[in-house]
Amino acid sequence: MAKTHITMKVNGAEVEGLVEPRTLLVHFIRENLQLTGTHIGCETTHCGACTIDIDGMSVKSCTMFAVQAQGCEIMTIEGVANADGTLSALQEGFRMMHGLQCGFCTPGMILRAQRLLQENASPSEEEIRMGISGNICRCTGYQNIVKAIQYAAAKINGTEFKEAAE
Amino acid sequence: MNDMAPTREQREAKLEGMGCKRKRVEDARFTQGKGNYVDDLKLPGMLHGDFVRSPHAHARVISINSEKALKVPGVLAVITAETLKTVNLSWMPTLAGDVQMVLADGKVLFQNQEVAFVVATDRYAADDGINAVEVEYEALPVVIDPFKAMDKDAPVLREDLVGKTSGAHGPRKHHNHIFEWTVGDKDLTDAAFRKADVTIKELISYHRTHPSPLETCQCVASFDKINGDLTIWGTFQAPHVIRTVVALIASLPEQKIHVISPDVGGGFGNKVGAYPGYICAAVASIVTGKPVKWVEDRIENLTATSFARDYHMTTEIAATKEGRVTGLRVHVLADHGAFDACADPSKWPAGFFNIVTGSYDFPTAHLSVDGIYTNKAPGGVAYRCSFRVTEAAYCIERGMDILAQKLGMDPAELRLKNFIKAEQFPYHSALGWEYDSGDYHTAMKMMMETVKYADLRKEQAAKREAFRRGETRDIMGLGVSFFTEIVGAGPSKNCDILGIAMFDSCEIRLHPTGAGIARVGSKSTGQGHETTWAQIIATEIGLPADNIKVEEGNTDTAPYGLGTYGSRSTPVAGAAIAMAARKIKAKAQMIAAYRLEVHEDDLEWDIDGFRVKGLPEKTMSMKDICWAAYNSVPPGMEPGLEAVSYYDPPNMTYPFGAYICVMDIDVDTGVYKVRRFYALDDCGTRINPMIIEGQVHGGLTEAFAIAMGQEIRYDETGNVVTGSFMDFFMPTAVETPHWETDFTVTPSPHHPIGAKGVGESPNVGGVPAFSNAVNDAFSFLGSTHIQMPHDFWRNWQAAKRLGAVG
Repeated sequence: MAKTHITMKVNGAEVEGLVEPRTLLVHFIRENLQLTGTHIGCETTHCGACTIDIDGMSVKSCTMFAVQAQGCEIMTIEGVANADGTLSALQEGFRMMHGLQCGFCTPGMILRAQRLLQENASPSEEEIRMGISGNICRCTGYQNIVKAIQYAAAKINGTEFKEAAE
Repeated sequence: MNDMAPTREQREAKLEGMGCKRKRVEDARFTQGKGNYVDDLKLPGMLHGDFVRSPHAHARVISINSEKALKVPGVLAVITAETLKTVNLSWMPTLAGDVQMVLADGKVLFQNQEVAFVVATDRYAADDGINAVEVEYEALPVVIDPFKAMDKDAPVLREDLVGKTSGAHGPRKHHNHIFEWTVGDKDLTDAAFRKADVTIKELISYHRTHPSPLETCQCVASFDKINGDLTIWGTFQAPHVIRTVVALIASLPEQKIHVISPDVGGGFGNKVGAYPGYICAAVASIVTGKPVKWVEDRIENLTATSFARDYHMTTEIAATKEGRVTGLRVHVLADHGAFDACADPSKWPAGFFNIVTGSYDFPTAHLSVDGIYTNKAPGGVAYRCSFRVTEAAYCIERGMDILAQKLGMDPAELRLKNFIKAEQFPYHSALGWEYDSGDYHTAMKMMMETVKYADLRKEQAAKREAFRRGETRDIMGLGVSFFTEIVGAGPSKNCDILGIAMFDSCEIRLHPTGAGIARVGSKSTGQGHETTWAQIIATEIGLPADNIKVEEGNTDTAPYGLGTYGSRSTPVAGAAIAMAARKIKAKAQMIAAYRLEVHEDDLEWDIDGFRVKGLPEKTMSMKDICWAAYNSVPPGMEPGLEAVSYYDPPNMTYPFGAYICVMDIDVDTGVYKVRRFYALDDCGTRINPMIIEGQVHGGLTEAFAIAMGQEIRYDETGNVVTGSFMDFFMPTAVETPHWETDFTVTPSPHHPIGAKGVGESPNVGGVPAFSNAVNDAFSFLGSTHIQMPHDFWRNWQAAKRLGAVG
């Protein structure tokens, strides 16, 4: 099948590649760019493990062709840590609040949460739950993911994080 | 100077040992996208394999034509049963003593069964190849309803078994029958029922569902033609067992087989067994001489790679009119699908279902289980539970509620009346188990006090009156569940897999600077073993957990272990870790005695080293002992500090817990709302409370999913109608209730650190809590039992059937 040349910006770096028109963006990212932090859990847009950030929106990269991302600006989990290599507030929040177990949903969950906090800097628990409802986690029961996002929001906003009483 | 010396508390805190909410070691890589999952592996020249699958649930395969497929660009090979026959691999043994087709041999027996394996240069080309393979089928009549499987004129499913009147577990009484398993005293139980004041009888079904970890099953097989080595990276919960299975069925020398489980994206029982994808990838690599990757998609995972439950339990309880239980009789019709591929210990065709007497002091009981074949996917894995324990807990917990209803008693009161008492432990159950320890009354009362149980019942009574008066359309249910698990399989006297005793193992090697590595036969699939195993060692030998690297999953380096499932990691591998650490400590004591110039018996352990009794300032820290082990050991002693332990548990462990679910249901829509869910768990000694709480949250969420909607459903022709995440209920953060957790601690008397295991308790105890809440809500309208799953539609149907909706 004839291949198309594409270019885009991923985690701040210009990248290019030759892909078939049918190549899914997630496969381009994982296999051509070797950025394997973006995962595939369902290939039917339900689970959210492949969530990345494209031009300021959360996108499930199993449901977009690589050619559609031509010229876009993308962030994957590999681009989330702070410039000095330390964990971002969200990454730290997930670790501190035990917001992950097997780690398979985590990259998508963090990318989604990062965009959510950019859309709404101080979300309520209900808004967080609604905001991550496109991402399935099989391990944690979400409760600690919610706390992780609250932890990150507090840290970013410079407010005190209070763990909700059980 | 003394002011500067760390306090005992500081020394203890520095270890981050048992009881510490230690943050996870794994999280640095997982939060930065640097996990190493199977599909992340990319080897030079790697090919991709994918399956042609059957659209029919039962059909004869007339022909498979690969001609067009082989012309598709990128397609290199199409493997069929005929190809596999040349290497004697067209069928494979199952863990349950049955055999299973690797690829369709003459016919197909369930929808999406593997028919041919297409090998291509990439996953897209493999898909093109699949579409070009031409298969001609002749459809056959199907058996979907398990209750019709043993009809006289039911179609013969397993033609390979025709004429075989007995199987791996005794006589077969029908061509679709697999085994009958009976336990208990039938005569005594029958007599108890004849004498009973009150009896109940109900068919309690536990529907077919699926573990569905977020990462599907997958592998990469790579055969080195020059050295004859076969390496398989896979999503395996039990990598050593996989290596032995491959050695046995492929006749390869076991030292030439290297099985590696890298990071695994959840397991929940799905990744215990051996699947056709593994065999086909290995064969394809041997044939092509290149690494071959197989990754199933979600639809394949849900429809073909195992299932869980599908137990239909006719449950009878006998009791006195005062509510004292006197007998239990259960018959199970167990739908195993097309092949018996249950992942149970070999001698247990129905797992440990004979834990069905639960937490109650039944004087007698009798159980029989009939396993049968149907045109459904094979499996019968333990989805986040010990083998068939969640079915058993559901059966008895629902049964006790039904009995309470018949007696007009409160379900909590009935349970309190019949619990095994703390002083009865170790307790011998009527169906053959020896419960190690428990304090059920304390746990139950703690739950009732915390949630103000009596007040909730009063509120419910008032709500029911209001409903009758037409003032509300909401009904309120209280779901009480008290479970006893049986985990940590298991003692070699009664537990093996393919003849291998179900021990587990640990090897600890300490380095000169007071650090070390522990290799363990278990395999974390998200439980955080790299974190918690180091905590056990930290407490046992007094080196900080941060100094201990934990490694699992590589069969070349880890000692042989039976893997992670059935909550066996802590009870079995956790014990092996403690025992290996104690061997090290014993040698360390000899070194310390030599260096301190005292007798060994004059030393006592003190947090992170030894001190001379009566001379507290004369000490030697474990860190210093590590150094000494490499340069000044006592004469005649071998240098170094390492130990291996293979732990054969003397008994199972029996975690327990008291759960309650408070639920409101709108009868006009069937929409439910979980108002409160409280879970009290007793898993014995607690290694890392943060991880325990996380495990409970996760297990409860899976229990919620299963009880309230998660089902693998077939239509009457054998099509799976819930084969994607669109139809198969996967709760999101929006539907998932808030969880309250609590605990008591009753250590296991036979376990080295007193721990019992916890990961599966919430699934086992959670399902009956949800189902009892729904059933309790509807009970005042005249309902005795409503089958799971309790989704909105079924709730509405129940309300309609009971006359609550016009």
